[in-house]
Amino acid sequence: MTESRVAQPPTNIVYLDANATTRTDPRVVDAMLPFFSGYFGNPSSKHALGGHAARAVKHAREQLQALVGAAHPHELIFTSGGTESANTAILSALEAAPRRREIITTAVEHPAVLSLCAWLEKHKGIRVHVVPVDRNGHLDIVAYREALSDRVALVSMMWANNETGVINPVADLAELAKEVGALFHTDAVQAVGKCPIELQSTAIDMLSLSGHKLHGPKGIGALYVRSGAAFKPQIKGGQHERGRRAGTENVPGIVGLGMAAELAAEAMADEDIRVRGLRDRLEREILARVDHCVAVGARAERLPNTSNIAFSYIDSEAVVTLLDRAGIAASMGSACSTGSFEPSHVLMAMKVAEDTVRGGVRFSLSRDNSDDDIDRALAVIPGVVAKLRAISPFDADDGPLLGRAHA
Amino acid sequence: MLDHLARLDEHVSSPRNAGVLPQANAVGSFGTLRWGDAVKLMLRVDPQTDRIEQARFQAFGCSSAIAASSAVTELIAGKTLDEAGGFGAADIADYLGGLPPERMYCAVMGYEALQKAIGSYRGIAELGEADAAPSCKCLGVSQMMIERTIRFNRLTSVEEVTHYTKAAGSCSSCFKQVEGLLARVNADMVEDGLIESREAYRLGSTPQRAVDLKPHGAPQPATNIFAAKAAPAHLRAAPKSPPPRPAPAPVAAGVGVDAPSQATLIAQALDELRPHLQRDGGDCELVSFEDGIVYVRLSGNCVGCQLSSVTLSGVQARLVDKIGRPLRVVPVS
Repeated sequence: MTESRVAQPPTNIVYLDANATTRTDPRVVDAMLPFFSGYFGNPSSKHALGGHAARAVKHAREQLQALVGAAHPHELIFTSGGTESANTAILSALEAAPRRREIITTAVEHPAVLSLCAWLEKHKGIRVHVVPVDRNGHLDIVAYREALSDRVALVSMMWANNETGVINPVADLAELAKEVGALFHTDAVQAVGKCPIELQSTAIDMLSLSGHKLHGPKGIGALYVRSGAAFKPQIKGGQHERGRRAGTENVPGIVGLGMAAELAAEAMADEDIRVRGLRDRLEREILARVDHCVAVGARAERLPNTSNIAFSYIDSEAVVTLLDRAGIAASMGSACSTGSFEPSHVLMAMKVAEDTVRGGVRFSLSRDNSDDDIDRALAVIPGVVAKLRAISPFDADDGPLLGRAHA
Repeated sequence: MLDHLARLDEHVSSPRNAGVLPQANAVGSFGTLRWGDAVKLMLRVDPQTDRIEQARFQAFGCSSAIAASSAVTELIAGKTLDEAGGFGAADIADYLGGLPPERMYCAVMGYEALQKAIGSYRGIAELGEADAAPSCKCLGVSQMMIERTIRFNRLTSVEEVTHYTKAAGSCSSCFKQVEGLLARVNADMVEDGLIESREAYRLGSTPQRAVDLKPHGAPQPATNIFAAKAAPAHLRAAPKSPPPRPAPAPVAAGVGVDAPSQATLIAQALDELRPHLQRDGGDCELVSFEDGIVYVRLSGNCVGCQLSSVTLSGVQARLVDKIGRPLRVVPVS
C-alpha cells in the first residue's frame, strides 16, 4: 500500500474559513489512496478489482447512511458535490410533478439553489416563492404557510446557513410541506457532520451534502432521496447508482466521503462543545474589543462553528485582504458570491444596517482549530479594523448616506 | 482577488497619504456606502502656481479601492491641476501595475473624485446628475456617468461597462438599458473617429443572465447615489446649471400631501438628517411634498456647494427608506 505523502498545511496560517472548505483529514486521504492506482477497478466490472471497488463504495454508502440516519443505504446517491445534489433535487421534483409549477425557497439560500430557481422562473415559467427571514435569520413561517399550496412541487430550504450558521427547523417545515403534497429538499451542506441528523424520523424527502465541508475530499457529495419519493434522474446514461445518476463512480472520492462521514460521526459530540467554545470566545472578544460591530444571527440557534461579524463603516473584502496579509484566513461570506457588487444577500435579507452590511466577515472554525488560533486571530483583528476605519470617510458621527460630503 | 501584482499589493498593505488633510482647498468625493465604495480626495493647491502641494484620501471599499485612491495621491503629487486633470482611470490602474478587470471601477472612482476636486477648486458647477433617473437602480449608477465612462475609456462590451461602473452588475434588470446606452455611445464614438465601426457594440450580442430572486418585502432599490461632476471638457460642452425651480406655494399641514403619515415621516427623517448638515454649516428644510416629489430648501454652506447633489441624493435615499416607496427630492429657491 502506498504511503501517504500528504502535504501539511502551512503552520503559520490561522484557517478560519471552514464553511468554504475544510482540510481533508489525513485519515481520509489514507483511505482514498489505494483506490487511485492500487485498487483502481471500475465498480461495474465483474472481475476482482471491480468487486473490490464495488465493496468499497457499498461500505462508504453505509458510513454515510449512519451519519445522516437514513433508513437504507440505497437512499444515498453519490454526486459531484452539493451544487449537483441541490440542482438534481429541484429539477427532479419539477419533472416528477409536471402539473405543479411552483417552488418555495428562502431568501438566504446558497446560489446553488437561488441561481437555479431564478433561471427556472425566467426561462421555464416556474413560480418561485422566496420566503423572507427576520433580523435574526428566522424564517417567516407565516409567509411560508401562505406560499404552500397544491401547486407547489418542491420546498427547498437549507438546514443551516453558510454565512451565518443560523439553523432552520427543517423537520417541522417538511411536515408542513407534506400537508400539501409537496416534496421537501434541504441543502444540508453546512449541517452534515456538525449537527445530529436522523432523516428516517423526519418527513424530509431529499437532502444535499458535500464531502469537502466535513474534512472529506472536494468533488464528491451525495443526495439523499427517501425510499418511495418521486425521483427523476438528471444525468442519464448507464445504470450506475440504481439508474439514478449515470457515470462511473468516483471511487476514491466516495471512499473518502465515507471515511469523512465516519470520522465526523465519531467526533461530533465532543467537537460541538470544543469548537463552540472557541467560536464563542472569538466572537465575544471581538465584540468586546471592537466598537460598532454586530454578530449576525447570534440570537438564533446556530451551527457551533460559525460567526459572522459585521463591522460598520468598512468593507469586508478589505478586512479579509488585510487579515490574509497577517496570516488569518477568513471569508467575506459565501465564497461562491465573491465578485458580486451587492452586499451579501443573506445579510441584506436579515436587514443588517446599511452602514454595516458590507462589513460582514465570516469566521468559520473546524476541528483543526485550537485556542492558539483564536489568540492569534484576536491579536490581529482589532488592529485591522482600526486601520481600515482610520482610512474610511464614514464613521459613527455621519448620517448613513451622507458621509462627509460637505467637508 | 487576492493575487494582486506587487505594486498594487504594496498600496493595499501600506496605503500612501491616507487620512484627512485639514488644510485642503480642493475636495472631491465620489461614491457612497450603498454603491459599496467611496473616496474622498483632499488636495492642497498652491493658488499661485495651481500646483498640487499635498494630496490625501479617505476611502471605503475593497482593497483595490483603497489602493487606487492611494495611487491617485501619488500620481498627482507635485502636478499642476491641468496635468492632474489629464489622468484617466487607465493611468491609475497602470500606476498600480494593473487592476483586475472586475475592479476597474476603483480606478474610475479615483478619476471621478479627482475631477470633482479640481472642479471644486475652480468653482465649476456640477451637472444635475443626482436628479436624473439612474440606469442601474440597484446600485444607483447614473446614465451620465455610464456614458462618459464608456466614452472616456473607450468601452465596447457590457462586461467592461459593468467592470468600470458596476452598472448591471447586481440584479441585471437594467441590462437592456445599459446595452442600449453602450450601443448608442459606441455609434457616436465611431462617428467621432474614436473607435472602428467593427469594434462598436451590437445590440443582442451579449446574453443576459437570469435576474436574481427577491423575497416579498425586500428593500427598495437604491436611488441615484452619484454626485454630479463636470464632464471632461474634451468630451462634452459644459452645460449650464439648471435654474432653481420656483418654490411651490407653502402648504398647510396635510394639504397637498397624499397621506399625513407620510408627510410626518418625511419631516421626521429630515429632522434626523439636519444636524449632520448643520455641523457642516448648511441646512435643508422641507418646503412641501406633492405627487411623490419632496421639495426642500437648502441653505448655508449647502447653497452652491459642489457636493449638494450628493447631499440631496443622500436625503432622497434616506426618505425612500423611511417611506418605503420611490420619491424624488428637488431643491427649490
